[in-house]
Amino acid sequence: MDFKLRGLIRLCPPAALILLLSGCGGGGWNNPYPASERESNVLYSSFSERPKHLDPVRSYSANEYAFIAQVYEPPLQYHFLKRPYDLIPLAAEAVPEAIYLDAAGQPLGEHARDAEIVFSEYQVRIRPGMRYQPHPAFALDDRGGYRYHALTPEQVRGANTLTDFSATGSREVTAEDFVHQIKRLAAPWLHSPIAGVMGEYIVGFNEFGERVGGAHEARKASSGREQPYFDLRDHALEGVEVIDRHRFRVRLKGKYPQFVYWLAMPFFAPMPWEAEAFYGQPGMEQRNITLNWYPLGSGPFMLTENNPNLRMVLARNPNYHGERYPAEGEAGDRAAGLLEDAGAALPFIDRAVYSLEKESIPYWNKFLQGYYDTSGVSSDSFDQAVRFSEQGELGLAEALEAKGIRLQEAVTTSIYYMGFNMGDPVVGGDAERARLLRRAISIAVDFEEYISIFNNGRGIAAQGPLPPGIFGSHEGDAAINPYIYQATGTTPRRRPLEQARELLERAGYPGGRDAATGKALILYYDTTASGPDDKARLNWMRKQFTKLGIQLVIRATDYNRFQEKMREGNAQIFMWGWNADYPDPENFLFLLYGPNGKVAHGGENAANYANPRFDALFERMKNMSNGPERQAIIDQMVEIARRDAPWHFGFHPKAVSLFHGWYRNVKPNLMANNTLKYKRLLPGERARMRTLWNPPVLWPFALLVALLVLSALPAVRLYRRHERSAAR
Amino acid sequence: MMAYIVRRALYAIPILIGVNVFTFLLFFVVNSPDDMARMHLGQKRVSPEAVQAWKAERGYDRPVLYNAAASGAERLTDTIFFQKSLKLFKFEFGSSDSGRDIGYDISQRMWPSLAIALPVLLVGLLINITFALLIAFFRATYIDFWSVVLCVVMMSISGLFYIIGGQYLVGKLLHLVPISGYDTGLDALKFLLLPVLIGVVQGVGAGTRWYRTLFLEEINKDYVRTARAKGLSERLVLFRHVLRNAMIPILTGVVVVLPLLFMGSLITESFFGIPGLGSYTIDAINNQDFAIVRAMVFLGSVLYILGLLLTDISYTLVDPRVRLS
Repeated sequence: MDFKLRGLIRLCPPAALILLLSGCGGGGWNNPYPASERESNVLYSSFSERPKHLDPVRSYSANEYAFIAQVYEPPLQYHFLKRPYDLIPLAAEAVPEAIYLDAAGQPLGEHARDAEIVFSEYQVRIRPGMRYQPHPAFALDDRGGYRYHALTPEQVRGANTLTDFSATGSREVTAEDFVHQIKRLAAPWLHSPIAGVMGEYIVGFNEFGERVGGAHEARKASSGREQPYFDLRDHALEGVEVIDRHRFRVRLKGKYPQFVYWLAMPFFAPMPWEAEAFYGQPGMEQRNITLNWYPLGSGPFMLTENNPNLRMVLARNPNYHGERYPAEGEAGDRAAGLLEDAGAALPFIDRAVYSLEKESIPYWNKFLQGYYDTSGVSSDSFDQAVRFSEQGELGLAEALEAKGIRLQEAVTTSIYYMGFNMGDPVVGGDAERARLLRRAISIAVDFEEYISIFNNGRGIAAQGPLPPGIFGSHEGDAAINPYIYQATGTTPRRRPLEQARELLERAGYPGGRDAATGKALILYYDTTASGPDDKARLNWMRKQFTKLGIQLVIRATDYNRFQEKMREGNAQIFMWGWNADYPDPENFLFLLYGPNGKVAHGGENAANYANPRFDALFERMKNMSNGPERQAIIDQMVEIARRDAPWHFGFHPKAVSLFHGWYRNVKPNLMANNTLKYKRLLPGERARMRTLWNPPVLWPFALLVALLVLSALPAVRLYRRHERSAAR
Repeated sequence: MMAYIVRRALYAIPILIGVNVFTFLLFFVVNSPDDMARMHLGQKRVSPEAVQAWKAERGYDRPVLYNAAASGAERLTDTIFFQKSLKLFKFEFGSSDSGRDIGYDISQRMWPSLAIALPVLLVGLLINITFALLIAFFRATYIDFWSVVLCVVMMSISGLFYIIGGQYLVGKLLHLVPISGYDTGLDALKFLLLPVLIGVVQGVGAGTRWYRTLFLEEINKDYVRTARAKGLSERLVLFRHVLRNAMIPILTGVVVVLPLLFMGSLITESFFGIPGLGSYTIDAINNQDFAIVRAMVFLGSVLYILGLLLTDISYTLVDPRVRLS
């Protein structure tokens, strides 16, 4: 500390207090992390909302996967660098091949016709030698029994977190653990969101669920506990079988090639029975010590601190089996430096600290100060972060570029569409009149403008239900929806409004009036957007319909009522979205599959679209392997969807992220969630930049004191005069 | 006094029942048990069976307030209201709809709320009283006029502006303290400085103006004139006589908010990432976690009633003329 600084501190006691409290921060006074972590190999990120579920049987959202995908290891994973997305082994030794069987269980040839296939079997061989993270559930006592599996109520009362159990243990991951987890998916009291879809395919899945559900109810009644421990090992699931210590088999009904994608999700990660035996003890749930709170996996990281009111910390799993950074990727990856670590042992970082950060403004400012390694770009900070080139391409603002910050963007495997309720008498149905009306609206509602105004250009207008990068989608002119766009050789151009008006006239609504009755055409837009921020968006939507002379009535409601309307089919026009579960066209086209209708079947087909030809093609397509034949069917399906227009296809959002120069191996992978292990940091560089960017500025305090003294002078003079004056 | 306290405690029971009924009605007008189930089960691939199972597991498959299908007393007792409310009166908050122990969460989260609210109250009180006394001293001068103008300006500025402006100035431009965050133990101090400073500053306008009014009301009373007539300096008159007598409304005003300090501040906690009870309640509302909402509303009501009771008691302590009956 130099003389000048000390002088200033003497001058200003508040600054001294700040110095005292902040001086131990290491680097800047405003460093929110301990000084001891100054040059640590620790990644700093944030979360804005407490993850609801960390149990892989329940987790199904991105903010939950950000944690559990680093902890749990399902059999498969997506290649970090290769595109299109490529499945590779993770816990498995190889990507399993389907074996097709007839009704008698006899193998069929590779080229068996779909009609002949009664069962498919996937045999998964897992890597030997994988071990679970250290965990009290495995701790053994002197006699070799489980130390914490028969806790007394007093012992449980003394524990508030998992770390209150001092002893830990581990064991090898076995095939039995994978089977155990699949049984958990079927257990009705665990409410797995994929129980429904797995019940359609895994042999005996639903029956198993009913059986163990009944037994669990009986256990509840006898134990008087809401969630008694229930040992699933005592019950067999017909379609899932342990072959030996490192192999298990899953038998599916019919053909379901998408099953391998599910094997890359944490739903299928191994779960040791010891975890349930430990967490299922009386009183543990009341102490918040549950599997939903403290994951137990074999992945590169383990959750060492789970305080979602403050921070969540992932640290290296000392028992991790090890993995190597990929040695191959896409063209351009080498030049981008993404293969510099080829063959290096994973993971690179020691810890990842996720701090609670509810608001985007403090997060953004801390990112600029170097206290977060990456950041998204919120609308609050968009103008500060991003500039557009003359060609309309996103680029980084100069100030950020000067700091060594980099920008990355990727079109997400998502779609936001405007749906027409096909059960509605005006916009729905298979009549040509309604079809033309939907097409006219699809031309008039200009989503390019929407993206530009409301999404800061982050998105591309959709040409069909499939996002770019998903098998079945096209590029260039072949991608264009000819009903709505015209090919120009460069970017597709939306058809002119006159054509929309013509379509409207052919639909029987010339100028937006019903030709038969002369009444104005009034349509209803159902939305949850009702806040002041949404007003501009809703006005814009109204304006799009006004272009055709159609009056749009906004029916804004809360999310619950909106969902209810959708379930009951009372909405007319609405916005809806879908994020891909896996990179297969089936995962998007099923949103238009008739038997998946929301009103009739409670499915995800929110528009309740049902076209027998589309459905028949879907049934053929869904089980096919990617290839020209599948592509041809998909093309037909997309053509039907474009012609019928149950959706205005809306747009595919772009994800834009920023990261500092010391954060390496960054490549958007919209399918993989377990990418933390590939990330590398340069902590020394980060510490240097933080110090450079955050020097404490103290002169305003001196100025403040001077101002206070100056402003006090007249008061002092007045006080003296007052004291000297005679009483009045 | 004991009889008075017991009587007030008994009065509190129907008030708390009323608050509970009201909370139930308001919550279930907006959220049905089906909505709650869907919120907790997620948006993707939720089957109606899963919704039913979730409701049955948590007791939300019963009628809300009146069970017409039941007979006798069960018409009232076999309802969500009765089943979920009764334990609140024993301060057993149970588990949240997502399975967390609410009592434990409250016990953890009230301390960060208190760590901000208490210093803001005490430091704010000290500063506001000092400023108000100074302004009262300079009453009817240009200092008084411009101080009141400044107070009105400060009162008129949104709390959010103080927070964002404070973070920008102190954390971002001057780099003196972390912009946001929190830690446990002594490490929490560096995170508390800024929210406490902002909390104090944003309360200065209203607080100073209110206390100035109290002081000016006292300053014209006979005993003050007598003190002056005795030849006491204006400083002594203000600090020894006016302040002491004006402390009665100040003290009672402070006592009433004391219990509520635990409840935290939503915006401050949200912007500073402080894990207090203010953000706990709002998160619960957003997540449609009725168990937490119910518990927090109940706790807030109890604390409010306690605050009013303490105010009454404090009156008797500071003003011998007041007797509770």
